[in-house]
Amino acid sequence: MPKLTIDDSEVEVEPGFTVLQACEQAGIEIPRFCYHERLSIAGNCRMCLVEMKRSPKPVAACAMPAADGMVIRTNTPAVEKTRKAVMEFLLINHPLDCPICDQAGECDLQDQAMAYGLDHGRYRETKRAVKDKNFGPLIKAVMTRCIHCTRCIRFSTEIAGVQELGATGRGENMEVGTYVEKALASELSGNMIDLCPVGALTSAPYAFRARSWELRKTESVDVMDAVGSNIRVDVRGAEVMRILPRLNEDVNEDWISDKSRFACDGLRYQRLDRPYLRDGGKLRPATWDEAFAAVAEKVKATKARGIAAIAGDTADCEAMTALKDLMAALGSPHLDCRQDGAHLDASHRAGYLFNTSIAGIEQADACLLIGTNPRVEAPIVNARLRKRFLAGGFPVALIGKKTDLTFSHKHLGTTPNVLDKVASGAHPFAKVLNKAKRPMLILGMGALARQDGAAILAAARKIAEDSGMVNDGWNGFNVLHTAAARVGGLDLGFLPGKMGGRDVAGILDGAGMGEVEIVYLLAADEIDMDRLGGAFVIYQGHHGDAGAGRADVILPGGAYTEKNATYVNTEGRAQVARLAAYPPGEAREDWKIVRALSAVLGKPLPFDSLQQVRARMAEINANFAHTGVVAAPWGTFGEEGRLDPAPFASRLANFYMTDPISRASPTMAKCTEAFVNPARRRTGTDG
Amino acid sequence: MSGETGMPPTDFAFTSGNKKLAKAAVAKYPKGRQASAVMPLLFLAQRQSGGWLPTAAMEHVAGILDMPPIRVYEVATFYSMYNLGPVGKHHVQVCTNLSCWLMGSDEVADSCRKTLGVDFGETTEDGLFTLSEVECLGACVNAPMMQIGDDYFEDLDVTATEGILNVLKGGGTPKPGPQGAREGCEPAGGLTTLTEKPEAQGERSGEA
Ligand code: SF4
Ligand code: FES
Repeated sequence: MPKLTIDDSEVEVEPGFTVLQACEQAGIEIPRFCYHERLSIAGNCRMCLVEMKRSPKPVAACAMPAADGMVIRTNTPAVEKTRKAVMEFLLINHPLDCPICDQAGECDLQDQAMAYGLDHGRYRETKRAVKDKNFGPLIKAVMTRCIHCTRCIRFSTEIAGVQELGATGRGENMEVGTYVEKALASELSGNMIDLCPVGALTSAPYAFRARSWELRKTESVDVMDAVGSNIRVDVRGAEVMRILPRLNEDVNEDWISDKSRFACDGLRYQRLDRPYLRDGGKLRPATWDEAFAAVAEKVKATKARGIAAIAGDTADCEAMTALKDLMAALGSPHLDCRQDGAHLDASHRAGYLFNTSIAGIEQADACLLIGTNPRVEAPIVNARLRKRFLAGGFPVALIGKKTDLTFSHKHLGTTPNVLDKVASGAHPFAKVLNKAKRPMLILGMGALARQDGAAILAAARKIAEDSGMVNDGWNGFNVLHTAAARVGGLDLGFLPGKMGGRDVAGILDGAGMGEVEIVYLLAADEIDMDRLGGAFVIYQGHHGDAGAGRADVILPGGAYTEKNATYVNTEGRAQVARLAAYPPGEAREDWKIVRALSAVLGKPLPFDSLQQVRARMAEINANFAHTGVVAAPWGTFGEEGRLDPAPFASRLANFYMTDPISRASPTMAKCTEAFVNPARRRTGTDG
Repeated sequence: MSGETGMPPTDFAFTSGNKKLAKAAVAKYPKGRQASAVMPLLFLAQRQSGGWLPTAAMEHVAGILDMPPIRVYEVATFYSMYNLGPVGKHHVQVCTNLSCWLMGSDEVADSCRKTLGVDFGETTEDGLFTLSEVECLGACVNAPMMQIGDDYFEDLDVTATEGILNVLKGGGTPKPGPQGAREGCEPAGGLTTLTEKPEAQGERSGEA
């Protein structure tokens, strides 16, 4: 391990460290613009210059490998002078328009100019001006502010895997953009806003809405997909102004998807802020008492087996626990949390988890994707797969709809026949998996939410077992969920009860035939409401979406930013979302609504505080007692059977609109228009 | 192809001759490093398109080399030798860098302006000439100079410049190279050193 002297103190660093990283380890901060831990090194901003013994010129700390015996100085007058000079050069063409710039207050250039900037400019010529570029509906670009650090270019090329951004021209005429005018199509584009050290790239929907110092920041988790990205919710007053990623190496690193970041403006529209009752075919505002009374009246008149409950894709574990216990108290076995009808088998936890873990992808050495498109179902997982792919020696194959995953892979076919071949070992890719030391497979909802889902699950298990994906310390069997609530629901057993309990399809059939008379929808909007027939529908949720439109009683709950709630991500990681703003109007936290209703129904649930609900959750499933992931023991799951030859369909047609919040979001509507609906122009010609 | 319709062409494909040349250029680099051939290919594409690079041509090159188009645009916009807009039949590039300037490039430029009736960055109405100001073209020893098409015209003065341009206007071919008494880049005032007759090889004593 190289040992070097930095400002008179010795540090020993990992081999491969740069001088900048060594300085950081020694607790010395080096100013920088272009350097970023997760991007390749560019070394073009020159802000990180330090003095090195025996070097006549200062060296760029970010690009200089730390070597044994180096003597580095970061605090000499010469270094100070260099930094000031670099800063002066950077500011020559920077507009200094901080008062009208959204980055102000959280701008690297502003901060570092405070430390190294001159108090006046010596430049008398005119500044250059650059035409603004089109970075899509999410990013507002003011390119005159750009300092050419190329972070955005490196991000889109390396992490997002869309090679469309570049630096054209040279010298004073250099511009960062796409050259041919087009919006940047990536599900991760919003991260460039965080990366841009100046105000060149800022959030378009957030433009001129708030200043960074006015915001109240709450650490939370995202529910737009099943990844459980760690986020920070920035609120002013009662309004969520923006959502930013929070570092979690195990889950989302520094990134979040564009939906996680930008769908939050959907929280302002279509909100259910008071209870409603259907009266003469029309919904009318009601009080909580009226709403509960209406439910109680109906429940009283109905047999226990006529009541059913469906938990939606963003339902939190606390609410599901309360509703499950309430259903048990009422004596109904009809409950399900699998709106899409996915044949998930809860008998073994390993059978429905992303066992490898997201960070574990980096250890895998071959991957088979089945009926999934991680790029739209979980962009963060896709970014990890791409990261692993770029490291080399990672053959990836896909069975399912052909698509661009941002990294190259073999498309084996679209039908379960191919899966069968791989399972029987007849397919060449079976050999690839067999040869691999740490092979993995990812099973998507597109493969499970079909008639033969259970058989496909069994076939995938067979592949996993036959190719040695499950051995000590390694589990390469993965289910990639799309719903934030799903794993929590499975962990809690929000599933049809033993005594002939109905699943979602059964509930819908029952409702159509009049056997199920009451359907309790806990934020469930993705089912075919027409099939609910004449059932009395209780909708508890936060948006006036499909469920509320069909409801007879609406109980207004909170969105994920408005409650203290637990979500379990696709890896089985229980994480808590925290209340960042109160639910609007008379809406309440969801478990409290169920708890209050239980009292009205005469079956009061035995918990009155969040601690008590969580204790109850831990009682149902010990996994709730801790954070982090525990390896789930292997078992036999799925049901061997005939595979339907129909091709795997993609579950998510439109990445930008998948749940009531994103469907209510004007920003997501704009993205849909820009990226999903127009037939995108093909670029690149072929010889 | 040079934009006579006023619209940039949307299609481009190498002629079979250029295809061969492109292949040869790619073959100079190891497998998987075909992107290294981007500059010669752009150069071919520029010639084929009448002296400039329409986007379609850059995309064609990108396709051949399996590069994202933006990476090709970056190269093409970086080098001033690639023209991103249509140029006249004769692209007159006058160097105004230090050596040429000291030797009178201002007069050369002025006489270009006068003879052609256009300023830097402009094209004559008949589409014959585009006048550009360029940085050092590496012929300082024969300064001042300009490049027209593939040829260098050196040791210029006002008369020589006008003469060259007028020959081109008349459809003729002016003589390239130094326009004064010099043949190449020997000193203008005759040799000042190494004036003695060089010894024949091996004549010098003590040489191994
Ligand atoms: S736009 Fe921002 S991130 Fe991109 S090069 Fe300019 S300053 Fe850097
Ligand atoms: S941080 Fe080192 S050159 Fe930019």
